[in-house]
Amino acid sequence: MSKEKIQFKTNVVIRFAGDSGDGIQLTGTQFTTSTALAGNDLATYPDYPAEIRAPAGTIAGVSGFQLHFGSDEVHTSGDYSDVLVVMNAAALKANLSHLKKGGIIIANEDGFDEKNLRLAKYPEGENPIRDDSLEEYQVHIVPVTKLTRECLKDTGLGVRDMDRSKNMFVLGLLYYMYNRSMDPTIQFLESKFAKKPEVAEANVKAMKAGYSFADTTEIQHGRFEVKAAPMVKGTYRSIMGNQATAFGLIAASRRANLPIYYATYPITPASDILHELSRHKNFGVVTVQAEDEISAVASAIGASFGGSLAVTASAGPGISLKTEAISLATIYEIPLVVCDIQRAGPSTGLPTKMEQADLMQAIYGRPGEAPLPVVAATSPADCFDAVFEACRIALEFMTPVFFLSDGYLANGAEPWRFPSSSDLKEIRVGFATEADKENGVYHPYKRDERLVRKWARPGTPGLEHRIGGLEKEDVTGNVSYDPDNHETMVKIRQQKVDNIADHIPLQELDSGPEKGELLVIGWGSTYGTIKAALKQLREEGVDVAHAHLRYLNPFPKNLGELIKNYDRILVPEVNNGQLVRLLRDQFLAPAIPYNKIKGQPFAVAEIKNRIWELLNR
Amino acid sequence: MASTQTTEKTSNFTSKDLVSDQDIRWCPGCGDYSILKQVQKVLPELGLKKENIVFVSGIGCSSRFPYYMNTYGMHTIHGRAASIATGLKVSRPELSVWVVTGDGDSLSIGGNHFIHTLRKNPNLNILLFNNEIYGLTKGQFSPTSPEGKVTKSSPMGSVEHPFNPLALALGADATFVARSMDRDPKHLQAMIRRSAEHKGTSLLEIYQNCNVFNDGAFFEFTDRATKTDRALFLEHGKPLTFGAENRKGIRLRDGCQPEIVDLEKGGLSESDLWIHDEKDSLKAGLLARLPENAGNGQGEFPSAFGVFYAIERYCLEEAVNAQIKKARERMGDGELDALIRGDHVWEIK
Repeated sequence: MSKEKIQFKTNVVIRFAGDSGDGIQLTGTQFTTSTALAGNDLATYPDYPAEIRAPAGTIAGVSGFQLHFGSDEVHTSGDYSDVLVVMNAAALKANLSHLKKGGIIIANEDGFDEKNLRLAKYPEGENPIRDDSLEEYQVHIVPVTKLTRECLKDTGLGVRDMDRSKNMFVLGLLYYMYNRSMDPTIQFLESKFAKKPEVAEANVKAMKAGYSFADTTEIQHGRFEVKAAPMVKGTYRSIMGNQATAFGLIAASRRANLPIYYATYPITPASDILHELSRHKNFGVVTVQAEDEISAVASAIGASFGGSLAVTASAGPGISLKTEAISLATIYEIPLVVCDIQRAGPSTGLPTKMEQADLMQAIYGRPGEAPLPVVAATSPADCFDAVFEACRIALEFMTPVFFLSDGYLANGAEPWRFPSSSDLKEIRVGFATEADKENGVYHPYKRDERLVRKWARPGTPGLEHRIGGLEKEDVTGNVSYDPDNHETMVKIRQQKVDNIADHIPLQELDSGPEKGELLVIGWGSTYGTIKAALKQLREEGVDVAHAHLRYLNPFPKNLGELIKNYDRILVPEVNNGQLVRLLRDQFLAPAIPYNKIKGQPFAVAEIKNRIWELLNR
Repeated sequence: MASTQTTEKTSNFTSKDLVSDQDIRWCPGCGDYSILKQVQKVLPELGLKKENIVFVSGIGCSSRFPYYMNTYGMHTIHGRAASIATGLKVSRPELSVWVVTGDGDSLSIGGNHFIHTLRKNPNLNILLFNNEIYGLTKGQFSPTSPEGKVTKSSPMGSVEHPFNPLALALGADATFVARSMDRDPKHLQAMIRRSAEHKGTSLLEIYQNCNVFNDGAFFEFTDRATKTDRALFLEHGKPLTFGAENRKGIRLRDGCQPEIVDLEKGGLSESDLWIHDEKDSLKAGLLARLPENAGNGQGEFPSAFGVFYAIERYCLEEAVNAQIKKARERMGDGELDALIRGDHVWEIK
């Protein structure tokens, strides 16, 4: 095996692209696993179409997966890729703008035949891999389909089945280029196709053929090595956001010692939480795929009344259908965790693309005065901690809580130094008992010093009581139309949520000076991008502060003070300006919006440029 | 998941204990009073513990019901009571969960949950108060109002064809379908009892008089002058007879075409008649649509009351909890650290 000329790189961005039926997501996640096991820091970004199988060969059907890995800290999936792997002409056309000038293109020659070129709408007679249009790039043309068929010709598989392994050929080739072990993928294939060993064998064979092909062609001169990243000591695994959300819910259920009742209706990009949870029924998890969004949240409310850790999830359109029920949970004052895995809206919008545009919906989107806490995750792994915190607040404060994630976090992956269960916070749940009666009467809306009422479960003798959506009398919970009482109750419910600020951490700076010219405030999935941008700026001599909010309602108690230490506040959001309004509203802060609304995360360079602009440099 | 409602027969409460301290705010003369009273009468006979009973309602006049019952209760939102009750029952199978709803609540805004709940068959008791009108919003036509019904929102008559609630329920694969009425307390009590005893979702449609906006909609079934000809009471294994001294009967021509026969004149005996079988889904469907048949010269077809259909099918909560049990048997009780760790980890030293 040729070992000449291995170049060392601190970080690499690879983008895989092909038809949505080409197994691009699988190729990407397999490369991710091997890369994680090799000790690199990494971040991924799957970019797939809304159609399951748009017509093959067309731009609409192109599915992409971007992976950024490095020997240094990696905070984003990368603005532009170093390597673009394309299975056909449409994939090249759709993704070339994401490739750095001088970058490497690995093109499946068989995907550039006349038919594919026509479907990708290249002018007749033009073929980008044959003419000089790609001369700014290093292009490796590999007849992937042909070579895969060739290596599998003795397996007895049909042509269609053989072609299904061509993604593995490409994966093998990439494994060679980046000096990765094929073993994790071999294990994966053998377990995935345990019942179809001939399929597993064909895939392994194709991958090994790709590996060998790279070793015997000019690709051998372009081998790269990305050393393990200097990460905090500990044991790591790779985790995706939705998976971390599912684990966080299970962890909260264990710490609270309550069964989970998770009811939802399938919707992109939230469904994988349901898929993950439904595999773990041995944790006592009840998963319900309801007939619609409303039924999902409604049944969760029923389970909450019964004493479960009740959770519902959706994306923006589904959340709006649940609105009335969430307002019911608000006036009931019962625990309910509402996971909003945001996607680009309004309406169906761009269902597979990310956006942060449901913040206002989470905070205000209910009939009447119906405040509730809102917690947002900042990275795929952080979904675990953030949803755990949402559960804690819901259970300890008897309130519905919004957990915000988005399509970027949900499907993105990163290394996770996972906690031990003993490191997790305790969640204190105190059910009402007969001892809570006063003079033989139980008052369901009597509150403690935090203004939190008790959870009285059916089945408890002597605490029989009714809860309802009609305004209730303070303390007794009886129906009341009294004007003064209504105002009192609205204020109490607001104060109860505001009081939660006493029970969450103070806002800390993620980086930068404690006073100064500029503070960048973000929330949710922009965390990695802002962090990476400010780190680069710091290396270039500009020290700007960064605070990233997990608690959107109520805000941490010190946020107003913290903001005052800066001349200006920049608020980058993947929406048309939502947090920025909250900050202006609550703190009269000189907050400047910076918005991107393209269904895609910010690029590091975009944040940097905006800051340069603001600082007039 | 044994249900307490059939295994014990001693209750820890009486009818009086079920009366809550809230003033009842239904209109004087409303049929709801009778239904409340019959429920309070029957519940202590079912061997339940009071703390295990939960009434869940939606929105509408009938849905104020839980406030008047001194049990656990949830007054919820419009149309969603069945879903909320399902979540409660699945998570707490030992509870006796009752859904109180109306024709607007369950058949209009909550129609989707209504059919899906019946299909899923959690062990709930649904009391559907059908008064064929919107009461709480002051008198608009409902999805069970007859064609041409003149109301505030249909001054020229409703242009909509109504739902037949029992036919709808049967179409949704309900396992228990029955009908009774507010003005026949004895029959209503018997039907409430049957509903409670049924394992699975029981749907009891109760004709309920709204004396303000739709007074007398069902009087033909209770007025002395008309009731024997208009109401037919079903009994399992018994022939379908009605009319004065049960002299009229219903026979099935060609096995599926109902016809009214006169037992005195036709030379027919009861053994020639349609014998009611609660387990026969096809005939339950014919019964649900009985009044829609054109008369065969023997007068109009009556409406049936009683248990139309009652079969056994597994309950949702049993299946859900059986899967959890099976998963635990297969994989052992979940271990959080193992879950979080997964299969592929690496060390940074």
